[in-house]
Amino acid sequence: MHDLAPLCALGDSNPRTDSVAGVALTENPGHAFASIAARLGQETACAAQLATLLGGAAPNVGAMVSTNTYMAFWIGPDQWMISAPFDTHEDLAAQLKARFGKSASITDQTDAWVCFHMQGDGVERVMQLCANIDIEQMQVGAATRSVIHYMGVYVIRTAPDALTILGGRSSAGSLHHALLTAMRAAL
Amino acid sequence: MTQKNRLDGGLIDRSETWSFRFDSQYFKGHKGDTLASALLANGVRLMGRSFKYHRPRGPMTAGSEEPNAIVELREGARKEPNTRATTAELYDGLRASSQNRWPSLKFDAMQVNDLLSNFFAAGFYYKTFMWPAAFWEKVYEPIIRHAAGLGSLSLQDDPDGYDKGFLHCDLLIIGGGPAGLAAALTAGESGARVILCDEDFLIGGRLNLETYAVGGMSGAAWAAETVARLQAMPNVRVMSRTTAIGVFDHGVYGAVERVSDHLAVPEDGKPRQILWRITSKRALLCAGATERPIVFENNDRPGIMQASAVRAYANRWATTPAQQVAIFTNNDDGHRTASDLVAKGVEVVSVIDTRADAPTSSDYDVIAGGVIDQTWGRLGLTQIEVKMPKGGIRRITCGALGVSGGWNPNVHLTCHQGGRPVWNEGIAAFVPSGSLPPGMTVAGAARGIFSTHGALHSGADQAKAILSDLGMKVSAPSLPEAEDTPTRITPFWHVKTAKRAWVDQQNDVTAKDIKLAHQENYVSVEHLKRYTTLGMATDQGKTSNIAGLAIMAEVAGKAIPEVGTTMFRPPYTPTAMGVFAGRAWGMETRPTRLTPSHKWAKEQGAVFIEAGLWLRAQWFPQPGETHWRQSCDREVIQTRKSVGICDVTSLGKIDVQGADAAAFLNFVYCNGFAKLPVGKVRYGLMLREDGIVMDDGTAARLAEDHFVVTTTTAKAVPVYRHLEFVRQCLCPDMDVQLISTTDAWAQFAVAGPNSRKLLEKIVDEGVDLSNDAFPFMACGEITICGGLRARLFRISFSGELAYEIAVPTRYGDALVRRLMQTGEEFDVVPYGLEALNVMRIEKGHATANELNGTTTALNLGMGKMLSKTKDSIGSKLSERPGLNEPDALKLVGLKPVKPDHTVPAGAHLMTKGAKVTASNDQGYVTSACYSPNLGCHIALGFLKSGDTRIGEIIRLVSPLTGVDHDVEVVSPHFLDPEGDRLRA
Repeated sequence: MHDLAPLCALGDSNPRTDSVAGVALTENPGHAFASIAARLGQETACAAQLATLLGGAAPNVGAMVSTNTYMAFWIGPDQWMISAPFDTHEDLAAQLKARFGKSASITDQTDAWVCFHMQGDGVERVMQLCANIDIEQMQVGAATRSVIHYMGVYVIRTAPDALTILGGRSSAGSLHHALLTAMRAAL
Repeated sequence: MTQKNRLDGGLIDRSETWSFRFDSQYFKGHKGDTLASALLANGVRLMGRSFKYHRPRGPMTAGSEEPNAIVELREGARKEPNTRATTAELYDGLRASSQNRWPSLKFDAMQVNDLLSNFFAAGFYYKTFMWPAAFWEKVYEPIIRHAAGLGSLSLQDDPDGYDKGFLHCDLLIIGGGPAGLAAALTAGESGARVILCDEDFLIGGRLNLETYAVGGMSGAAWAAETVARLQAMPNVRVMSRTTAIGVFDHGVYGAVERVSDHLAVPEDGKPRQILWRITSKRALLCAGATERPIVFENNDRPGIMQASAVRAYANRWATTPAQQVAIFTNNDDGHRTASDLVAKGVEVVSVIDTRADAPTSSDYDVIAGGVIDQTWGRLGLTQIEVKMPKGGIRRITCGALGVSGGWNPNVHLTCHQGGRPVWNEGIAAFVPSGSLPPGMTVAGAARGIFSTHGALHSGADQAKAILSDLGMKVSAPSLPEAEDTPTRITPFWHVKTAKRAWVDQQNDVTAKDIKLAHQENYVSVEHLKRYTTLGMATDQGKTSNIAGLAIMAEVAGKAIPEVGTTMFRPPYTPTAMGVFAGRAWGMETRPTRLTPSHKWAKEQGAVFIEAGLWLRAQWFPQPGETHWRQSCDREVIQTRKSVGICDVTSLGKIDVQGADAAAFLNFVYCNGFAKLPVGKVRYGLMLREDGIVMDDGTAARLAEDHFVVTTTTAKAVPVYRHLEFVRQCLCPDMDVQLISTTDAWAQFAVAGPNSRKLLEKIVDEGVDLSNDAFPFMACGEITICGGLRARLFRISFSGELAYEIAVPTRYGDALVRRLMQTGEEFDVVPYGLEALNVMRIEKGHATANELNGTTTALNLGMGKMLSKTKDSIGSKLSERPGLNEPDALKLVGLKPVKPDHTVPAGAHLMTKGAKVTASNDQGYVTSACYSPNLGCHIALGFLKSGDTRIGEIIRLVSPLTGVDHDVEVVSPHFLDPEGDRLRA
């Protein structure tokens, strides 16, 4: 076991939480991420592997599927992002590579992203000040690519009052500032 | 001062009495007032000075079309010039100042312009300032610039925030009058997602301004009840204080919501305004209509207003501009104003109706067939002179004159995508044509349907049609009974005998100016606009355009539709620049990207520099160092002497996988990659299609089907975009998958003769870093510090024995701390971008300065890298003769002949003895620095046939910086040209 201490994307040892008018914005470093991209000609096999892993079907366009362990969402034709608890799946990419074999290219994406959870009544109003998403029509289980304050993000609706927002880790501070400013403005 | 002109009734809240200040005087008003209504209630008609002639002006309207009552609102950093008093909501403590006057509003010295009006006619500038030409810059322009403009800026940062937001709906309804409310009710009850926006703070449009009944109650009460019903519907969003300012492609509308303009200071965290981008499936324009004035002699005195505005002030705001009011009209609507004023107890001294068949009244005197011949009153109207139908003049005392020349549908938004309105003879006005923006329909007065009954049904009917078109089930509500008075108008545009009659009151354009434009052959409506500035002020000519067109039509002997209209463009009303910027200003103009070692570097006192979006450490000052060169020199010397560490995370990293990954890279790089062994890194040069170098970097082969490509910091995104284009469009049959991993890995350069020794202290047992096991350009996946997965690359930008080590980003901070701690025995130093740059120049490595979008592999001295045995992007076009001239620019090193001379980047190279001219130019300096190892300034640059001119003394000139001295052409590899150090 190595002895290097990790930092959260916002630069502290502990994840940051902010709350405005009953809506909480929480940095969540507890997910490992990996991308799955089907190899040419292996699209069906790759999707089948993913479906098996998720205990159902691979997420369709604009959709997210979650299980007790995994959460996966569509990011492009025959491409998905998948996450699992960091504590048990820090080597998620390696685990998936062993499982998918030559059917997919797997890339470790764990620290490519900062993951924010936003929860509370009013998340729709906040998101209306952030991204050009029809958030009122976005159902639980939907995932979409968008832009917040010039930063590319994934927005996933995990519950009627909860969103998960993934942004580039290096610009975590700017994304956090944008989200918190919007919360203060909207709520 | 008491509110001497306050009437009974109205929609103001008398339980809230607020104090406000206009110029130096304090007044009282009520909640629900605008600044204009409150001032009128206090007997103040004079609110501004005109743009050119500084004539006294008061409000002409009660809405956003106002040309005259323009003030500076608030004070200090929040001061906002050119704000319409007619839309500025009153709040307790409001501060407003008149503008464009000196020393005071009542006595404005610049009014002398009015006496010189004969010199300031249309085209004055064009005619007067043509000569002498030399006067333009020094004399004329400063004078004009000083005189131009209305309000003044605070010149301080706006302390408030502005937001941008995004909304989506089935139906966007613009305007909350009877048509808009009926449409919203219809669509809302049918279950459609509706957004109803209105620029007013009280939704209802003219229902709030009139006295007639709607469904057995007042129009205002019906509007309030309907708004409450709509607000209770979860599928309807009612947005007051929200102006739709523009129509854009694909059903997108821009709308500005004035969230906090009615407050002295926005609530904590709340924006002043929000610019909404509303994406709609359909839009229904219910923007109403604007009453137009009639043009007559001195028609601009304070107290002369739209008749409908006088009525609005009386009915909604319970105020009158004066106790004695006259009306000048060419249609029945003017009589409605007279009746309402009488009902409010205001004395209507006369209604002058241009029509011989004008209706009569027992409540007020009617002069049928009369016209206004003259008006009097220096700072406000005191008397009018009426030319009687049977001859003679009658002088009438009054403090206000309501003028009604008919109504113009507000067609502006229908024209934002090139649509032209068409003339409707029945109402003598332009109405929307069939060429509307896609998805837009129009209802109510904006469509030319002026009765309340007509507007209600028009709105509901259009909503039904839209819902049906969208395939939605329609649930039509019952509509209330309302007046259905037909329009009776006999067009009358201007009194022909008038000499100084104002058409565009904001830009001081007179009827005479329009006639002059015609006389001088500016007959096209677009030329008329620009020659006279008609309609070019902040009100976009909402009250003036049609009168101007009518006068032009008359003098040109044409019908009004033959003259045509000018184009309306966004924004519909003046819009603060801040709302377009949104939150993107100051440090938040763009995102900031931080390296994994940022926190640690900040603790070390690093000085940061922006590199694209990244903040990178530029140097790390130590105690006693007072100049950046001291820090930089120390970092360079110590790195070359022992070991240095630099965060290089910002360089782009792209994961390339797939069975054809090697073939793919072989195609995108001009040099060969097909046979790169696993565990090896290769430098690669990527060309654009035209053969010019796009970027350079390395590709490390981690497995047969797995590479990691690095790019320069600046080109990380363009290269990724390029690779995706190649993958998807040029090589769709290749099995290749790409994804960025730039942020996923923290990467540090560990450089210097002791770099191996340092790394050996942190890599796990079994990782062999010896030269044999891990030679120059080796790579591998290893573990460090007891099991942390890492990637190690033996590559060198500094020219030293060097590595780049990458770990998952969350451990980057810990790694740099560990390296610094472990390296203490080697006197390890962190180095920043400056030292990195010095070392790469000493080594002769190119960077963005050399890969500047004009250079080829040949220019860079890498022509031999370009493989002729394979096809790669750009390879063919790099063979163009023009890129391969015998005297092509070649990368060289440059050293000053006198060691204390500098070699500044950007300087040009001339052959000794040649004249300094562009045609003699031999090349230029791209990168320069002071080399602490060589003890002099050095540089890289491109020189014609440079590779054959090593040893030549040439002339370095920089006229910009005054440099002109000799430099020696040397190899670009100043240090260790054989590469012994990096292979050590």
